[in-house]
Amino acid sequence: MKKTIFTLYAAITVALMIWGYYQAIYVAPTDALQGEIFRIIFYHVPLFIGAFLFFAISLCGSIGFLAFRRTHPEWAQSADAWALAGAEVGVVFCSNALILGSMWGRRAWGIWWTWDARLTTTLILWLIYVSYLLMRRFAAGPQVQTLAAVLGIFGALDIPIVYMSNRWFRTQHPAPVFGGDPGSGMDKSMLVPFGWNVMAWLAWGILLLILRHHVERQNQKFAEDEAAESLNASN
Amino acid sequence: MTRALWTHLVKDLRIEWRSLDALISMLFFSGLVVVLFSIAFDPRGEVSQQIAGGVLCVATMFASVSALNQAWAREIRHQVMDAQRMVPSPAAELFLAKVIVNFLFVSIVQIILAPFFLIFYNLHIAGQGWLLLLVLPLGTWALVGNGVFFAALSMSSRNRELLLSLILFPIFIPALLAMVQATTAIFTGAFEPTLWIKLLLGYDIIFTTVSLLLFDVVFHAE
Repeated sequence: MKKTIFTLYAAITVALMIWGYYQAIYVAPTDALQGEIFRIIFYHVPLFIGAFLFFAISLCGSIGFLAFRRTHPEWAQSADAWALAGAEVGVVFCSNALILGSMWGRRAWGIWWTWDARLTTTLILWLIYVSYLLMRRFAAGPQVQTLAAVLGIFGALDIPIVYMSNRWFRTQHPAPVFGGDPGSGMDKSMLVPFGWNVMAWLAWGILLLILRHHVERQNQKFAEDEAAESLNASN
Repeated sequence: MTRALWTHLVKDLRIEWRSLDALISMLFFSGLVVVLFSIAFDPRGEVSQQIAGGVLCVATMFASVSALNQAWAREIRHQVMDAQRMVPSPAAELFLAKVIVNFLFVSIVQIILAPFFLIFYNLHIAGQGWLLLLVLPLGTWALVGNGVFFAALSMSSRNRELLLSLILFPIFIPALLAMVQATTAIFTGAFEPTLWIKLLLGYDIIFTTVSLLLFDVVFHAE
């Protein structure tokens, strides 16, 4: 049953991705000022929305692990798997969004990268989560989950700084399109394709997230079984 | 509260006083960084005003890592760490004591380094010099607070000295940016450092609070 639902969800996700691509490339009108290159926004922004969502999931996983590790070990293990999966998928989304943004910058600004506050802080965010993943790899032993959870919380503290920096600092990055100053916002003809793409990319990310969580749970179970076996063998 | 903190503080100061390991290595290392930067960037004329703030902050940062690596490694010998874990006083006090001690060490290094720094880079402070007395301690606190925390966090890993730098530097970057911008603003007098000082203050408050709250978890991680 679970498998059927998952297959169905995967099929819907793929359909959404194709539909989103069609909407972004063929349906949305060309931007009056930027021309075709503006279509990157249909990927750049949804990917960042996804990255922020998955980092948030990673944070919830970290907090969940710390909260349940004494009372409900099974929940804590699952929460830890969510934390790891969220960080990994978030890093993938964030990397892609950074690369796409860089390509847009090459056309719009004439440079691949600029050390403006928003770009810099996003890069820092990316670095923090990469260091989180590195730490999970380096720090061996039973305490790695606890330490990773703490580091995950520290990493997440940086997210509000990233988000607010766009408004706090003078910046070269475009002002927020949504919820910014009066006059910001998107025309309806672009908003509909944008909405489809946000949905498609989030669905795709969640698909990856579920798969990764499943794999990590299996890993945990194997490790547990191995530990139990070696314990039995030594007795 | 204060008694356990005071005991830890005096103990760490006494250990350092007897060997001076951390202070001497930090001083020499930060001096080296200053010299290396001056070779790499040729700080003559206008350029020196522009890059001096950055060099000072980065030199402090690299130097303090050597002391931060020592901060907990000292406690491993003779199972002192395990003894500390059994002490009934809250672990946050131990953490705070370590932060204060290392903050003192790094500040002493900065004070000794400052005159050489001014001479080597031919600096004249164009902005409000007294603001440095605010910026440097705030930045140092951010560095040392997070550093002591992450040093404790990376204690159990295979290559803890590498891991400390790997996780400390990314999280410290916002504070480093603010520290560099503020000192550059003071050295050049080209713009107001107020916003950056506020950012540093906010960073310090947020991360010190969270470190104090979470230190117990890290310290007793099993």
